[in-house]
Amino acid sequence: MFEDLQLGGIVVSTIRNAPVLIFAAMAGLFAERSGVIDLALEGKMLASAFASAAVAFSTQNVWYGVAAGLAVSAAIALIQGFVSITQKGNQLVGGIAINIAMSGLTFVLAEYFFHQGGQTPNLGEIRLAEIILPGTEALKGIPFLGWFYGSVLGGHTILVYLAFALIPLVHWVLYHSRFGLRLRACGENPHAADAAGVSVERTRYLAMFIAGVLCSFSGAYISIIQSGFFLRDMTAGAGYLALTAMVFGNWRPAYTAIGCVMFGFFSAVQIQIEGVDLPVVGRIPGSLIQMIPYVVTVIVLAGLMAKSVAPKAIGRPFVKSR
Amino acid sequence: MQPAVEFRNISKAFGAVQANADVSFQIAKGSIHGVIGENGAGKSTLMSILYGYYNADSGQVLIDGAPHNIRTSHEAIALGIGMVHQHFMLVENMTVLDNIMLGSEGAFRLATQRSKVEAQLREICTRYRLDVDPLAVIDDLSVGAQQRVEILKQIYRSANILILDEPTAVLTAQETASLFEILRLFKEQGKTIILITHKLGEIMEITDEVTVMRAGRVVGAVHTAATSKEELANMMVGRPIVSELPRGPWNPGAPVLEVADLQLTDANGVRLLADIGFSLRAGEIVAIAGVSGNGQSELMQILSGMRLPSSGKLSFLGKALPFGKRHDADGLPATFRSLGIGHVPEDRLRDGVIKDFSVMQNTVFGYQDRVKNRWGLFDFKAIAARCAHLLQAFDVRPNNPDLRIGLLSGGNQQKVVIAREVSAKPKLMLVGQPTRGVDIGTIESIHTQLLRMRDEGVAILLVSVELEEVRALADRIIVMSGGRITGELKIEEFDTTRIGLLMGGMHKS
Amino acid sequence: MKTTELPRWASGFVLPLLNLLTALVIAGLVIKLLGESPVESLQILISNSLMLEHLGYTLFYATTFIFTGLSVSVAMKAGLFNIGTEGQMYIGGLGLTVAMLAFDASLPAILLIPAAILGSMLFGALWAFLPGYLQAKRGSHIVVTTIMFNFIAASLMNFVIVKYLIPEGEQNPSSRPFADSGSMPRLGEWIPQFADAPLNLGFLLALAALALYGIVVWRSPWGYKLRATGLNPNAAHYAGVSISRMIIVAMLISGALAGLAAVNSIMGSTHYLSISFPAGAGFIGIAVALMGRQHPVGILLSSVLFGALIQGGGELSFQKPAIPPETFIFIQGLIILFCGAMENLYGPALLKLLNSRKG
Repeated sequence: MFEDLQLGGIVVSTIRNAPVLIFAAMAGLFAERSGVIDLALEGKMLASAFASAAVAFSTQNVWYGVAAGLAVSAAIALIQGFVSITQKGNQLVGGIAINIAMSGLTFVLAEYFFHQGGQTPNLGEIRLAEIILPGTEALKGIPFLGWFYGSVLGGHTILVYLAFALIPLVHWVLYHSRFGLRLRACGENPHAADAAGVSVERTRYLAMFIAGVLCSFSGAYISIIQSGFFLRDMTAGAGYLALTAMVFGNWRPAYTAIGCVMFGFFSAVQIQIEGVDLPVVGRIPGSLIQMIPYVVTVIVLAGLMAKSVAPKAIGRPFVKSR
Repeated sequence: MQPAVEFRNISKAFGAVQANADVSFQIAKGSIHGVIGENGAGKSTLMSILYGYYNADSGQVLIDGAPHNIRTSHEAIALGIGMVHQHFMLVENMTVLDNIMLGSEGAFRLATQRSKVEAQLREICTRYRLDVDPLAVIDDLSVGAQQRVEILKQIYRSANILILDEPTAVLTAQETASLFEILRLFKEQGKTIILITHKLGEIMEITDEVTVMRAGRVVGAVHTAATSKEELANMMVGRPIVSELPRGPWNPGAPVLEVADLQLTDANGVRLLADIGFSLRAGEIVAIAGVSGNGQSELMQILSGMRLPSSGKLSFLGKALPFGKRHDADGLPATFRSLGIGHVPEDRLRDGVIKDFSVMQNTVFGYQDRVKNRWGLFDFKAIAARCAHLLQAFDVRPNNPDLRIGLLSGGNQQKVVIAREVSAKPKLMLVGQPTRGVDIGTIESIHTQLLRMRDEGVAILLVSVELEEVRALADRIIVMSGGRITGELKIEEFDTTRIGLLMGGMHKS
Repeated sequence: MKTTELPRWASGFVLPLLNLLTALVIAGLVIKLLGESPVESLQILISNSLMLEHLGYTLFYATTFIFTGLSVSVAMKAGLFNIGTEGQMYIGGLGLTVAMLAFDASLPAILLIPAAILGSMLFGALWAFLPGYLQAKRGSHIVVTTIMFNFIAASLMNFVIVKYLIPEGEQNPSSRPFADSGSMPRLGEWIPQFADAPLNLGFLLALAALALYGIVVWRSPWGYKLRATGLNPNAAHYAGVSISRMIIVAMLISGALAGLAAVNSIMGSTHYLSISFPAGAGFIGIAVALMGRQHPVGILLSSVLFGALIQGGGELSFQKPAIPPETFIFIQGLIILFCGAMENLYGPALLKLLNSRKG
């Protein structure tokens, strides 16, 4: 049975699925820790996925594509910031609106520019190279270690490494930098931050910008790295899963990352487990496995696991008061 | 020597309200200066001008003899002025150190300055005996400790003039004593302290000089040693304290409410109410006096069904109050109301009215199930008629049932609430801070209304921080401090000093 | 005298209209970009949706949106942002399917249809119950839980349909067709102009639901308590409302209404349960509730607007392939954005205008 499951394949798949969620979840963290609810991860990811695939194809250059995705996602994030911070609008509604709007707009633009049923043309060979660590060939013969070095530690595209490197970086910025301190203050007690001379509006806008930038990598990863083209609604709820990971991780980078990896694991398992006879339960259909991350989140939210506490001032537009 | 602060002819108006009118006085350097006055006297406005939150319409503020136009709080801080507000500006899940570094971190990498700042804070704490651990998380600290953090923050920012706005409102007796020790140390170090308060006892205890304000003006500036509480009280209130409203003789009837052994402990194990016991009869007003935050609000919430007690024997008209075996108070106020318990809540905007509903809609708030027609819908005709009658009888202005109640003044909102509760003809009326945020003219009419109810045989439990109100209304007075009853007296025994002591936690003995 | 607040007619009617126009102008710009004329597109859209031959279809779609719009509105009145209407409608569809599969061979229409309607309302309510309960008793944020339940519903229905409902030998992921006795009677049987359209009794049911909503929410003590809960839960507690009961009941009603949307869409048109049949109706319900400001007339007008967008938009996409149906999803997002998150965009300017005219 274990051979059927191809555990090794699952591990590698997990590592390659996780970045989608990690980028998005880290993005969400910045926004939400500053006090702005970010339901629009999905929309930003989708917009970036389209823009990066489209530009990468048109320019035949992956990095121009990534840059385009970054610009688009950041722009949307700033619009979202305008709605939430300056207009003081309902942040939940704004996020949902952006997701719906992007779902429609990306298809329409893809169809307009490429006339391929809302898809962008396949990038084919123009993808990011997999990074082969030095010495992989030499170690290939050694059981487990060779595989581990070559396929688990090495052999991934640079965005994968960037995603995992992001986790300690985000942690450091949030907890050990001046910007992080001010950001967290805005999310917990913006009045205190304001009294201390911090510009709450500016900090939140900056947080939204960073969220836009980080989110863009997620979208670019999905379209350029994973498939090679943009497809309608290809984010398939990953943005909401990233939010889920954040709630699961109690809004802390390390635990959120664990959530992302866990959900990446379930994704990988889902594909592998179709048609595999497990002891006792028999064959579990993929659709039920698909459910697991969401059910886990509901259990967490019900307070049946640890208590999940959002930043205190989240969702409330800041109005100076005496 | 130049005074640390001098106000010259400061005037400030907010629309039609003249908050400060031609205010002039000096604050000597290295002294503890009290500014005393009732609610609405203009003390907070004046300090806000000093601290840069507001700009005066006219007049000058001089710091150390030099005039300054303080336009923002940052300019005030730069001039060495620090303010400890009533509501702390602290991020609760961060450490003391992080809270104080916020806004003046010194570098992008926090670690660069952290140890240096921590050392400085410890040094300040030792010098002023502040007893605060810079690495403690705010959430874990008591209210008194949090206040010390605020003070620490100001000292760290090199404040030489420290403004404290009603600092003891949230402190226990011991914490107040500690605070005063700290203030004396500051004075020894040459710092100037401005203490805003309405508590006579504190003024007498700690200040060197006092400025009394009333209705936006300065009505007295004296040396503390040369004055007395009575004199200050007279200046503060401006009229003979004894204002007798007509009331019938004290002739209480049957017991309406009996409380024994009432305990309330919150989720963190803090004892909010301990061993509360008293009784209330028909036709009398019992006032619970005490500084806010000593358990009175919690007591009202329990008696109105909004909160469950931890344990205790409570009976209403001889029968136990139906707390039952519940684990939360969800929906319970409806039951209490139906028994005949009316409730004028302390915080009317938070609890007592729906701001966006009309006046008429608010007249049935809490009683919405009593005005149905036979199809289960509202009987609008009856509601409108009753509303018109109430607005007339209680002189609510403007007399417009369709106006959103949020647009009425505080006093008129309160009149609607009282009208509503009174017209339900309760047997027990719980009244919390009935004249908070209410203009002087309305205060008297509300007091008259309460006394009339008393004369008609209603049992009234009044919670008020205003001693004058207590004196005007009560038949009996219960004083609470630290969640306990510290004393009980009849109105004939009313003595500000004695009550002040009881409020301050000193028991009868 | 200067007003500091906009009068009711301005905030309740002018502002939403301005917001809607903004969304439409932006949509027009995109249509321009796609190489088509916005004016011509608008003409095609209107003539294919509001003209009598097509009005039946428009109203048919509007019926679904009235129900989803009511679903979101009822929850909103209680202060709950129920994003789960899509999932509740989906599961509601399962409820009516269960009734159909069990009884459509044995019961006459007069019993079958109410049974199916009941099944749909019951299942829809059930799917809304758990998020409501978790919010009421454990404080779990209803937005996150309902989003989760939407996804869980999708996976669950996928599983159920594929494993249990596809008839032998069939490939399509849908159940067998229901008996004719399970069809909602078409209004075309009485009104010849609507002969071709799937416009059915469900439309009348929707109108009745709107009226009932209006009466109950604004004229009954229960509706008063509902609105109080949404406006100020602390005060509602003071007034004796059982907040947890109110939250749960509001969600149950919300879910039941979502189930009724499935009744219109399945029993009025397809007559079988298929994967993803809600097709975004739940999210359109959010747009309708926001644009219509949870007012029965507003909900009705917004539902018809979206019905026209779907019907006219479908025709427009057919005639102008450069404007694919997804364009209307984009427009829907814009409407939610401007009407739901930026309601006060024109407020200050309008206030200034009104004050300057007062002199």
